[in-house]
Amino acid sequence: MSNKNKIVSTIDGNEAAAYAAYRVNEVCAIYPITPSSTMAELADEWASKGIKNIWGSVPDVIEMQSEGGAAGTVHGALQTGSLTTTFTASQGLMLMLPNMYKIAGELTPAVFHVAARSLAAQGLSIFGDHQDVMAARTTGFAMLGSASVQEAHDFALIAQAASLQSRIPIIHFFDGFRTSHEVNKLEMLSDEQIKSLIPDELVIAHRKRGLNPENPFIRGTAQNPDVYFQGRETVNTFYNNMPGIMDKVMKDFGKLTGRKYDLFEYTGAKDAEEVIIIMGSGGETVAETVKALNESGIKTGVIQVRLYRPFSLEYFINALPSSAKAIAVLDRTKESGAAGEPMYQDVLATMVEALQQGKIKSLPKIIGGRYGLSSKEFTPAMVKAVFDELKKKDPKNGFTVGINDDVTHTSLEYDPEFKLDESGWRQGLFFGLGADGTVGANKNTIKIIGENTDLYAQGYFVYDSKKSGARTVSHLRFGPKPIRAPYLISKADFIACHQFNFTEKVEMLDFASDGAVFLLNSPYNKDEIWDKLPGQVQQQIIDKKIQFYIIDATTVARENGMGTRINTIMQTCYFALSGVLPKDESIKQIKKAIEKTYFKKGQKVIDQNFKAVDATLENLFEVKYPKKVSSKTVDLLTVPAKAPDFVKEVTAKMMVGHGDELPVSKMTVDGTYPSGTTQWEKRNISDLVPIWEPDVCIQCGNCAYVCPHSVIRAKFYHKDNLKKAPGGFKSAPINARGFPETQYSLQVYLEDCTGCNLCVEVCPATDAKDRSRKAINMGEKEPVLNKEQKNIDFFENIPWNDRSKIDFSTVHGAQFLEPLFEFSGACAGCGETPYLKLLSQLFGDRLLVANATGCSSIYGGNLPTTPWAKNKDGRGPAWSNSLFEDNAEFGLGMRVTADKQLDVARDMMNELKNELGESFVKEILEAKQILESEIAEQRQRVDELKTKLKSIKSPVADHLLSVADQLVRRSVWLVGGDGWAYDIGYGGLDHALASGRNINVLVLDTEVYSNTGGQSSKATPTAATAKFAAGGKAVGKKDLAMQAISYGNVYVARVAFGANPQQALLAMREAEAYDGPSLILAYSHCIAHGYDLKNGLDQQHKAVASGHWPLLRYNPVLRKKNQNPFVLDSPRPTVPLKDYAYNELRYKVLTITNPEAADELMKHAQELVNLKWKTYEELATKKASDFVPVA
Amino acid sequence: MKLHTNYMGLKLNSPIVVSACPLSEHIDNIMKMEENGAGAVVLFSLFEEQIRKEEAAFKGVMSETTYAFPEALDYFPNLDEFNVGIDDYLDNIRIAKEKVDIPIIGSLNGITTEGWIDYSRLIEQAGADALEVNIFFIPADIAMSSSEVEHRYLNIIQTIKREVKIPVAVKLNPYFSATGNMAMRMKNAGADALVLFNRFYQPDFDINELVIKTDLHYSEAGEIRLPLLWIALLYGKVQLSLAATTGVQSAVEVVKYLLAGADVVMTASSLYKNGIPYLKTMNKELQDWMYMMGFDTLDAFRGSMSQQHISDPTAYERANYIKILEGVK
Repeated sequence: MSNKNKIVSTIDGNEAAAYAAYRVNEVCAIYPITPSSTMAELADEWASKGIKNIWGSVPDVIEMQSEGGAAGTVHGALQTGSLTTTFTASQGLMLMLPNMYKIAGELTPAVFHVAARSLAAQGLSIFGDHQDVMAARTTGFAMLGSASVQEAHDFALIAQAASLQSRIPIIHFFDGFRTSHEVNKLEMLSDEQIKSLIPDELVIAHRKRGLNPENPFIRGTAQNPDVYFQGRETVNTFYNNMPGIMDKVMKDFGKLTGRKYDLFEYTGAKDAEEVIIIMGSGGETVAETVKALNESGIKTGVIQVRLYRPFSLEYFINALPSSAKAIAVLDRTKESGAAGEPMYQDVLATMVEALQQGKIKSLPKIIGGRYGLSSKEFTPAMVKAVFDELKKKDPKNGFTVGINDDVTHTSLEYDPEFKLDESGWRQGLFFGLGADGTVGANKNTIKIIGENTDLYAQGYFVYDSKKSGARTVSHLRFGPKPIRAPYLISKADFIACHQFNFTEKVEMLDFASDGAVFLLNSPYNKDEIWDKLPGQVQQQIIDKKIQFYIIDATTVARENGMGTRINTIMQTCYFALSGVLPKDESIKQIKKAIEKTYFKKGQKVIDQNFKAVDATLENLFEVKYPKKVSSKTVDLLTVPAKAPDFVKEVTAKMMVGHGDELPVSKMTVDGTYPSGTTQWEKRNISDLVPIWEPDVCIQCGNCAYVCPHSVIRAKFYHKDNLKKAPGGFKSAPINARGFPETQYSLQVYLEDCTGCNLCVEVCPATDAKDRSRKAINMGEKEPVLNKEQKNIDFFENIPWNDRSKIDFSTVHGAQFLEPLFEFSGACAGCGETPYLKLLSQLFGDRLLVANATGCSSIYGGNLPTTPWAKNKDGRGPAWSNSLFEDNAEFGLGMRVTADKQLDVARDMMNELKNELGESFVKEILEAKQILESEIAEQRQRVDELKTKLKSIKSPVADHLLSVADQLVRRSVWLVGGDGWAYDIGYGGLDHALASGRNINVLVLDTEVYSNTGGQSSKATPTAATAKFAAGGKAVGKKDLAMQAISYGNVYVARVAFGANPQQALLAMREAEAYDGPSLILAYSHCIAHGYDLKNGLDQQHKAVASGHWPLLRYNPVLRKKNQNPFVLDSPRPTVPLKDYAYNELRYKVLTITNPEAADELMKHAQELVNLKWKTYEELATKKASDFVPVA
Repeated sequence: MKLHTNYMGLKLNSPIVVSACPLSEHIDNIMKMEENGAGAVVLFSLFEEQIRKEEAAFKGVMSETTYAFPEALDYFPNLDEFNVGIDDYLDNIRIAKEKVDIPIIGSLNGITTEGWIDYSRLIEQAGADALEVNIFFIPADIAMSSSEVEHRYLNIIQTIKREVKIPVAVKLNPYFSATGNMAMRMKNAGADALVLFNRFYQPDFDINELVIKTDLHYSEAGEIRLPLLWIALLYGKVQLSLAATTGVQSAVEVVKYLLAGADVVMTASSLYKNGIPYLKTMNKELQDWMYMMGFDTLDAFRGSMSQQHISDPTAYERANYIKILEGVK
């Protein structure tokens, strides 16, 4: 089929939906949340480029502080007559619920576009299912579900039209990631088509219903028992009319575009006996499976539910073949404790009602089941299993499919080998690293093929959960017909491995079909490569008769001026080998794409890329391999024998990508997981690692302090310990007085290193004879790996230094404290994690952490492995994440428990005074617990108490035993990013600070929403760009420090570990010691700032030196002592702001896109810096009595 | 009193030209320079390695942070026009050409042959009236011979002259074994003008921190002697325009350079010290001097103190040195 007369595009579901939504709205109020953020970002981008809606105006896109705020703004804009939309998902939709009831109750036309996502329950998940939209089904919003990228586009318009006509607001949803992030070829709506479906009179009618002082009325009254009920019933007619209206709109749409949709769309045999009812992308899988089954004579069918609310009996019964004997309703949600999942109950109720009304003659067997939670795969094999179940005499109700439930045995077994005919597709799998451009190149490939040929294309991209060294797998399908396969590729005819070391880590060829092409980026030539492959890879190549090709893409890229970017090289290989297009045609297309991409850069750049393409073809070699395995098999499941059983049986499987195989019985029932599991996952993501030079080292501890991944550790010990040291273990006499015969060692855990370079950058010691040699330098890992593994084992056996003998007050001393936050998945060079590591070193064994959702909750708590660890005594940080918006309240709750249980314990201690001994009780209750030595003493007393209590047989003793741990002072920390503290959680944070309770708040301030991809927050500084501030942030950064200081009794510090590590350390200790609320604002450099993070420390220095980030402490204790509590810890600015700012892309970009605006904003930003500094300087010179008194 | 001069075919209203410096990064400044009587403006230098480094750094940041994590597929607003390369430099030329009438001279500091070719062509296409090539090259490789260094200079000039039609000035350093001969060979290679001289970056050491100090300092009036010497020596001997730069703090240095034979005299540090309106002062003082001396035009005295025209040509050579030494005695 030719696409000549159609506007064809290859885009993802988010863009498809946003494209239509943008054109039919005037206002868009949003808050970023995965996986919907892209829709809002696109709307903002289009608005910033001046792209107009169908009425010729540019929609006003506003980012709010939370989804609650977005919903309120939407409500307000709607109530005043604007066509208004929003984009959201998951917890975001939950925060909108209160307003949604209002919007629906007031019969307000609007469409909320939702990339449907799991809700945080036993764990958070960013992936797709229908839990969020199902939780909104009671709001009165209609619900329209799209099943594909094309539908996401079409239904965005259909929903708008139907809402305007019916006055019922609509949730238009599609599956998060599976549809929102799938790239597919689709026909785009023209503005004419859009206009013809949205009659002007409906728009005007909506405006007329808006609040207007020229014609005033009141909406939003409070009602009493006399009329509220009747008022709720007034809307019935509108809901009764909605299915008809939606059907009409769909019919009109069909006439306009040729794409026909039904409220309940039936596919299958006319006389089907088994029918599946389903909603969302899974319906595509079922429909395709049904077609295949029908072809083989199996009478099955499927109803794709499109309009789920209002659920129309008439339309449903009309769609259902009367031959249906058994129905399975598949819900992509979980409603614990319900009689069944929501759609199952709807179908059941509808069928019974239909029977009662005589619309059906008998009731088929109806069962419900769950599938696909959190983007769990849903394949034709699973569909087949459901149909097979329906054929059984007593099919399972409340079944699950896609998992192995070996506890309550809900799961259906399925044959993973059952596949549909995939012969019409070319399927390619590409294994790459997040940073190597593989996904970008594949998206480009899809565009090239999708938009320049008649072929259809589909792309889906899978990422792992790490922010550094993350692996990506790209799934690409091409074929002559539209590709309706919303599931991953399980058998590919093309496998590309873009990183050679994956051959030992990922079972790529499991996915290869017989005779598939395997393309490997190899540093070895075609004669060497065979023996370099692990045995199992060789075996699969032989068994599957793989066509094996190699290219040294890294060298080709370097030699052809492409630097380290191998993506174009690998993409060219794909075009040359895959057979998707004839080779010559492929190369022509790729060169055409290069010309299009680089035309602005000039012929030179184009020629350079052409040269790389030609060089690629010259360096692409087929490997003629022997039919014999020559290498040993490499075991992928490698965790050491000493790892706990849970790690071996569960964590290790997740680590190697076999988590789908884990049965329910292996899961913890309540989301509780063991601490400190990152230590078992040696990721080896950097070939360059720090190498310590003891003879140059001055033992300052700076490198250990700044290391974001706790990879560098230091101990001092008696020299006799070295007697058993392995050869090559590095050591030096400690350079401190009063420690005779004492040695110092710095150990690098090089398998956990991300190669960020911060340690080298911070090292102040240089070899006097060779200025290029520091005390720590990056070097090749491979030559030292074996030796260092032995050294690490030895180092681990040297006891950690006695905490009571360490000087906590210096950076030098802090290096000897055991980090209980280690080897996280944070970005290489992360500016947040050094603070968390320090927190764990200082207070880890008595630390409670409430962590707001964001980067820190992801690298801190995303499975498979987590970095919060414990010490040899089994003590360590107890960590939890509740939500994004509630973290302050959540942490405050932890404090309340600590205080309450301490009170309880104290009361019971007094109650048991006689049994325990009066002086012993007094000692415990009056213990100071400020110094580490005092805490250690209290621990001993509490241990003694526990022993005593065990011998006392009384209920009071039992109770006291259960809370006795609280007698050791708890350190409660509320941790989160600026998105939490400045925006969504600000109200709660303010309240928690005002509570006067002993909480410590650590704000890891990256000045932007880092985790969701760089959206502006109220911490974003003036003149910086960010998403939703593409033109540069015009208003100033909120001064959270001054707001907190205004309470008087809040300890406040602003720190930057890279600029003044000593001050950061001091502030953390002061905050913790202060018996009241504390707030630490911690400057955190971030990849979202746009520069190589190895310069992060230098930028921190400049942030302080320019006055952008003045270091300060406000200590209420000083106020009580009649001293000035406000201490300015950094000197007067010495460099202009731009000297700091323009090293970062976030600022620099504006000087390129809009130099005049950049100039103006930078001037303004400098004025703000000057003004702020002046204010601070004045405060620093005031008297105690000038500040709020501390009660 | 006429201050007209001809610089490699460009007709200027004043011999005082603003040399390549960051002041010309802003169009307002360029307009102010014209208002205050600048004969021409050499735009700030486009450093090839800086462009390439920035491009590589930003591309690196962009590519390494794009499509790497499912929640954050990228971190920056998507801007079609985003380009850290040469575009803003070219825009500066275009805007300057729209806003002022005085000649705008692009300044290019290249590294690679491709860089010289690409960027000189783009600068011409953007509308620059001429190009100043700033060959800032320290032959740190001790295996490189002086003839190789010379060849490198000549090769760059030939390459650029093949690419562009606008006049090309070469800003060179004074440290050739035979500077005069090199000047002639540069002329033969196609140079339309010589700018004397480039001030090499000369590092200093911080003996406390044991690091190399990278501070820059403005040129001082005393520094004019070396360029003055060579302009006086070359005037009339090589048939190309001569521009003097370094040490111009007032009209006094302008006069001296003109007397030596310069077609134009360039300054930047005086404008940093005294502001752009100081151009007007210098022009006025030049005119005052000419009036006092009875010169109507620049040509009336240009080169009058060059080696060719003074009564004792050996004053520029060894004899002069001996004379000074004797004076010291």
